[in-house]
Parts: sequence; C-alpha cells; structure tokens
Amino acid sequence: MQSEEHLLVDEQLITVKDPDTGKETDTVLTDIEVPAKPRCLDDEYEMVYHKPKTMVDVSMHYCPGCAHSQFHKLIMEAVDELGIQEQTIGVAPVGCAVFAYDYMNIDMSEAAHGRATATATGIKRLMPDKYVFTYQGDGDLAAIGTAETIHTINRGENIAIFFMNNAVYGMTSGQMAPTSLVGMKTTTSPTGRNVADYGFPIKVSELIAQLPGAFYVTRQAMHNPTAVRKAKKAILNAFKYQKLHKGTCFVEVIGNCPSNWKLTPVEANKFIDESMVKTFPLGDIKLPSTEDLKLLEQEK
Amino acid sequence: METKLMKGNEALAEAAIQAGCDAYFGYPITPQSEVLEYLALEMPKHGRIVLQAESEVASINMVYGAAGAGFRSMTSSSSPGISLMQEGISYIAGAELPCLIVNVNRAGPGLGTIQPGQGDYFQSTKGGGHGDYRLIVLAPSSVQEMADFVFLGFDLADKYRNPVLILSDGAIGQMMEKVTFGKFKPKKIDKPWATTGKTKDRERNYITSLHIQPEKLEIHNRKLVAKYEEIKKNEVRFEEIHTEDAEYIIVAYGLCARICHKAINIAREKGIKVGMLRPITLFPYPSERLHELAETAKSMLTVELNAGQMVEDVRLAVNGKVPVEFYGRMGGMLPNPEEIVEKLENLIHNNHAI
Repeated sequence: MQSEEHLLVDEQLITVKDPDTGKETDTVLTDIEVPAKPRCLDDEYEMVYHKPKTMVDVSMHYCPGCAHSQFHKLIMEAVDELGIQEQTIGVAPVGCAVFAYDYMNIDMSEAAHGRATATATGIKRLMPDKYVFTYQGDGDLAAIGTAETIHTINRGENIAIFFMNNAVYGMTSGQMAPTSLVGMKTTTSPTGRNVADYGFPIKVSELIAQLPGAFYVTRQAMHNPTAVRKAKKAILNAFKYQKLHKGTCFVEVIGNCPSNWKLTPVEANKFIDESMVKTFPLGDIKLPSTEDLKLLEQEK
Repeated sequence: METKLMKGNEALAEAAIQAGCDAYFGYPITPQSEVLEYLALEMPKHGRIVLQAESEVASINMVYGAAGAGFRSMTSSSSPGISLMQEGISYIAGAELPCLIVNVNRAGPGLGTIQPGQGDYFQSTKGGGHGDYRLIVLAPSSVQEMADFVFLGFDLADKYRNPVLILSDGAIGQMMEKVTFGKFKPKKIDKPWATTGKTKDRERNYITSLHIQPEKLEIHNRKLVAKYEEIKKNEVRFEEIHTEDAEYIIVAYGLCARICHKAINIAREKGIKVGMLRPITLFPYPSERLHELAETAKSMLTVELNAGQMVEDVRLAVNGKVPVEFYGRMGGMLPNPEEIVEKLENLIHNNHAI
C-alpha cells in the first residue's frame, strides 16, 4: 500500500505582495493539508526502519543516488548494532568523504590525502582496544596513499579499511582514478583510459590479500538490496574481527558516482552490474580460518 | 640527578622517554638515526610505542593520529626527511595538535651532505609547509640542551596546542658531551578535545584542518594568529654573552653560537668589546632585545651555516639602526673562531668604527 505522503502533491508557485512594505515573496500553494504528525508515527503503522542512531541528523552534501551516503549509513548501522559508539574512532580521507565527520556521530580524525591508514596506525597503536577504521576512496587509497595502504596492511594493523571504489575522482569532479576501467571516459581521459599510457585498473583487494597482515579481504557493492545486505555483513565482520588482533580487515565497496559517470542513479547501478563487476568481481577474497572464528566465538 | 656521557641524538631520545613521550614514529636518515635506534630498544621497556614507518610522510601522519588522540607524540628526521613531512606538519598546525618534531639539520639543498648545516632556518621559522602557520622553534647548542628542550618542547606544545620543532644540526646530534637528567618532570595536561571515543557526556570530537567556508577559515586563521602573538609575548628565550659593554654584537644560534663564543674570547683578548646574543627560540624571535642592543652597539654580525637566512630577522629587528653584516659557511663546512674574528676585524675597519 502506498501511503499518502508518497503521492505527488500538486504545487503552485505564487507571488504574494506584502500590503505594508510592497515586498514580493514566492510561496508554494498546495491543496493538501500537511498533517502535524507524520502518519508513520500513528499506532496503526509499525516502525520497520529508522536511521542509525549514530548518524548525525543533517542533510548530506552527496549527490542524489551516490553510494557514499549508503556506505556511511551501513557503517553507522554496524556501530549501532555492536554498541561500540564510545569505542570507535574513524578516519576520514580527502575526497568526497572528507566531511564524513559531519555525519558520523563518533570521534573522528580528518587525514591528509592518502595518509588515512598512517593516521589510523597512530591512533590504534596508542589505543589498541578501540575500534579504528579508515574510510577512503580510490584516489586516496590506491594512488597517492598506495605506500601507506600496503605498509599498514603488511604490518597487520588491527584496523578496518573501508574502501569506496567508484573508479573516479569524485570531489575534484571526475578525473581518472587508478581504478578507472579500461576505456572509461573521464575528464582527464577524455577519449577513454588507454592501457598504453595508464596501464590497467589496480585491483587493490587482490593485491593486498597477498600480504600476511591482511586478515579479512572482501569486495562488495551496493547497487541492489542483496548487495547492500552483503556489504553490511562485511562491514560488521570488519568491526568484529578487530577484537582478535589478527590483522587488517579490508572491505572494498564498488560504489556508483552518477554525477561523474554522467548517468542517472538507476543507470549507474546498471553500469556496476554490467561493467564494474567484470573488472572487479564481487565476493570474499580472504577469509579468517575456522580456528580464528572459533576464537571470536570464545571472545563473546 | 644523573650525569652521563652521551651523543646529542641519544640524549634527546632518553629525554623523550623521561618527558613522558607516549609514541615515537620515525624513519632512518643520517645524521639522526640514533634517535630511532635508541628508542627502538628503550621505548618498549617503558610500555611506550615506537614504530619505524615506511617513510617520513607516514611518520608525521602517525604522529598526527596519535597526537589527535591526546598522546605525547614525536618524530625526528634530518633535512630531506623534514621536507617530506611538511604537508603533515601543516595539517598538524592547522588542526592545532601538540607534538614534537626534531630536525637534525644537515647541509643541502637536495640530498646535500650528512654534515651539519643551518640551511633549514627559513623552512623552520617561516612556516615551512603550505598555508599560514608557525611552529615554536627551539635551537639547542649543546647535548644538555638537546635533552632539556625535549621537556620544554612537549610542555610548550601542550600549552599552546601547537607543534614544536627542535632545530638541531648534524654536529650537536652526533657529538658526545656530559648531560644531566632529572632536572625536569613531565607536565601532562588533560586533553578533552582528543579523539578517544565519544562518551555519552560529551559531543563528538573531531580533528581537522578543513574549514571549507572562507568566513569560518578566516576566523580560524585569526585564532591562530592570536595564538602566535601570545607565544611571541610569553616564550621568547635567548642567551646573552658579554653584552653589558659590547660595542659589537654577534648573533648566532645552535652550533654556530658555540664557535662564536670561542671567537668572542679571542677578540676580547685583542681588546675588541664584542658580545653575543644567542636566540634559543627561533620562533618566537628575540627581536625586541636585538632592537634594544642596537641602541648601544656600533654594528652587528650574524654568523650562520648557510647563505644568510637568520640575518634577515636580525635586520628586521634592528630596523636600520646599525649595520648588520653576515658571515656564513655552507656545504657542511664550519667556520673556525679565527675566521670569525678576522671577519669582525674587517667589519670594524670597513665601518671605520674604531
């Protein structure tokens, strides 16, 4: 059943002139009376979904349909469900997620471009029992921060790295990323990424899974409800496994960037299904051993 | 009180432990690798964190993370490595994090040499990285000061929420001297702004240097400027030698000040009334005192291990009252005291000052 709030309201823009000052202001006229209390709060409705409590209740700067907001929300849902708001410290990158600390109601540190895992190392080494994560894009993690990424994971820092791979530099408006697909048109590869000049997209998850310090490596997406549920589970794992102090948890998420891909959100999600996952196949790349999982059970 | 014979770099490292340094992050580079080597062995014994990073870029960002979490954190390097850290230092200054950075200055530019130099004066005192900011800069001229300034540096960093730089050089770092410990105790303070995990009784803390709205960034800039003014008011430190009756003033810091001290003794035996002002803080700079000394001095001579950097600050302080000359050696070469006396005599002769 579709509720009344979701029906399109006939709007009419009219100009009202103040009789005293003569000043004109634009006002929207609607013929539907807005209820004082949202219908979803009526007793007859059951609350089936709400925003995570650790999300700050502000509107986000992300473009409509962008995967970042979804990714933020899943991370905060995980923090909520595990009840670890007081023990979690996040590190925000340079890139679209630079304002992550405006949305996540936890202690956070902004890091220089590419240096998030070094900053997270500094935090985690001093507070080994806290949950520490970085949130990074492909330019941040796989271009300028490659050294930090590899060495942090090689040391097996007990942090979670949440890696948003949308194959493009979003914040700077659509330049080629190290993960841009072959032939992908961006503002700096206007005729398409060519291998002769720029090589192939870096498959970071496969690369770092080779390092003994990597404990859990998985590549997920968020372009359909099933993918979202799987991504959420991976994020939860990445937090839970930190308790084992056995190494780095790495969750890559193939996200869309409708604005810079010049696609609608729906088309962008289709692009993930039809193109992105061919270069970046989804699924777990490195999983904890059965013994490690038993240890985790004992921890509980 | 305990007196030991130690290398400058080792004394600094030992002082870090005694000053309650919680974490050290570094990367090897001559002539300061002893700091990392010493701490790699000693820090774990005290339950502290020591980590050899993959680069100076990573080290300074580890310091950023640890300092942001409220811990006493430090790194050290030498000139090329400090250049690599400039981005991180700018972020630390912007985010107002207290930490200690040590530069055991070697001669440059580029890879230069591993011998001592003072070519990083501009970089250290005028900001160094991008944007408007200042570090508190301490210039030790002995192994004892290498140790003492670690305590002072951490305390000043915490007091002002500002990065502090100890600007040493390859000679002070490498030479062995007596050093006494036990004079100072660490003064740790509460850091309610730190990212330690958001508790129910407070709003979330976040560490950032980002202020995307120009109106807000300018407010932040003004706040930083006000802090630097406060530092200038309270923290100027310098040493004076024979300035009471001096007609000529030598201005030199760090290693150069030691060589100049000897030169002053030789010149005094020759009957030249010369004294020295040795800036201990290079930022804030003892401009006011130099201005006063210019009232009675006939001229000044700045001696540095570079092509002439601090001399600009001396000239600004003196503001044309007396001539300010410069003498410098570069490339890792050191002047001998006689050379300085000769320069001084030429200066007196040329200025017809006698």
